[in-house]
Amino acid sequence: MFDVEKIRADFPILSREVNGKPLVYLDNGASAQKPQVVIDAITKAYAEEYSNVHRGLHYLSNLATENYENVRGKIARFLNVPDEDEIVFTSGTTEGINLVAYGWAMENLQAGDEIILSVMEHHANIVPWHFLRERQGVVLKWVDVDSTGALDPQAVLDAIGSNTKLIAITQLSNVLGTVVDVKSICAGAREKGVPVLVDGSQAAVHMPVDVPDIGCDFYAITGHKLYGPSGSGAIFIKKERMAEMRPFLGGGDMIREVHKDEVTWNDPPMKFEAGTPGIVQTIGLGVALDYMMGIGMENIAAHEKELCAYARTKLDGLNWLNVQGTAPNKAAIFSFTIDGAAHAHDISTILDKKGVAVRAGQHCTGPLMDHLGLTGTCRASFAMYNTKAEVDVLIDALELAHELFS
Amino acid sequence: MAQAAFEELVEDFEFLEDWEDRYRTVIDLGKDMEPLPEALRVPATKVDGCASQVWLHPQIDGNTFHFKGDSDAMIVRGLIAVLIRLYDGLPLSEVGAVDARAEFGRLGLTDHLSAQRSNGLRAMIERIRQTAAEAA
Repeated sequence: MFDVEKIRADFPILSREVNGKPLVYLDNGASAQKPQVVIDAITKAYAEEYSNVHRGLHYLSNLATENYENVRGKIARFLNVPDEDEIVFTSGTTEGINLVAYGWAMENLQAGDEIILSVMEHHANIVPWHFLRERQGVVLKWVDVDSTGALDPQAVLDAIGSNTKLIAITQLSNVLGTVVDVKSICAGAREKGVPVLVDGSQAAVHMPVDVPDIGCDFYAITGHKLYGPSGSGAIFIKKERMAEMRPFLGGGDMIREVHKDEVTWNDPPMKFEAGTPGIVQTIGLGVALDYMMGIGMENIAAHEKELCAYARTKLDGLNWLNVQGTAPNKAAIFSFTIDGAAHAHDISTILDKKGVAVRAGQHCTGPLMDHLGLTGTCRASFAMYNTKAEVDVLIDALELAHELFS
Repeated sequence: MAQAAFEELVEDFEFLEDWEDRYRTVIDLGKDMEPLPEALRVPATKVDGCASQVWLHPQIDGNTFHFKGDSDAMIVRGLIAVLIRLYDGLPLSEVGAVDARAEFGRLGLTDHLSAQRSNGLRAMIERIRQTAAEAA
């Protein structure tokens, strides 16, 4: 039984006020709040169980290493990946995708090779590929979304040419809320021998993710959106792709032996994890994933689907509001502009005074903003702890903004 | 002591009871302000460090500081209109002496001046002070 009030009680920050009003936190697309169990786990890890990991043989080092390494299995379970050695810890999706760009793509792609991207990718899934374009002459091929913001999997597959070496695509747009049928894309791409990287930053927060069922080669997640600490994350990398990769960051832990004239690598996944990692952040992420799995991803998805439908009806009732992204399969992420001169920052300033936290701007999606012909939007992005009553507060605040700026 | 136009504003704001009315007034000041011609919206007049686009066009007339400005955000336009009442027409030598934070405080608008705010008011004030200092 999903009880949103009980869940809200687990998140201490949700009971605070901002600007004299109860906080209505609708900036979950940027980062989610943390439940008490995660906050407690961070404190406990530092207060009682802290040491560096993978080093030394003393009691605390073993304990910290065990706590840290256990999270690999939790992430594997969360993504339904049978072999936890296919999970590489990262500081977040940005590092995960950069690891693939530097470790896999720079090694295997040459001038003229193509990478297919959708126009709604986040900069984290664009800029690393621009590095390859700039440095190695790799060609970026863009696939547009339709007027509702939906992405036709066939359009992605149709873009595949003889030089296509990778498809890098989000499973859930951070601006439009569009859910992408990545499974169909992966099935079609596999027939043509093209690997697929899925940016799961947003999707993994809102729906059950089954990586083997999707059939992708890379699947990146970020901890801070998953109710866990910032600076934590992971990327699933298929064994075959790992075998084609060279290490990205060099340093401690990722090596087996280092000599003056020679260095040999540790086995994957540690081959791709250099230096002291985000030990406590990762431990916190493990607790956050336990918390989510305890509630049940199906239950979270069902609650958010209801919220999404409610918000959609309410927002549709404001005839001066333009919601960007109305794809049939859409998560509870709403980007909008208001008719007339109001700038996204104008709207968010008024919402903030009403206690409503939203994001305003380009949302790290320059190509999508170009495609939409907008300089920015306001974005309300929901999470498992949001309520219909909060949708109502948002609507009231929007009506005030409309009145002030019209 | 700020400009007479600013003192009038302070008097007006004294009758405003809550933030909604203060914002409404700021927004209206922006709406009433003459837009900066497109030809003056150039890199040289653009103020960096603002989340929205902001342009300030100073005009030094002998020893007197004048300026116009604009933004694509309505609240920021209003704040520029307030800045014009605060600074426009001052002798160059007096521009640096204005305590903008204290003056905005008299309007109940200090929250726009906190370091975290990205509306660029601080950047605009810095540009005004710098331009006046260079011309003096």
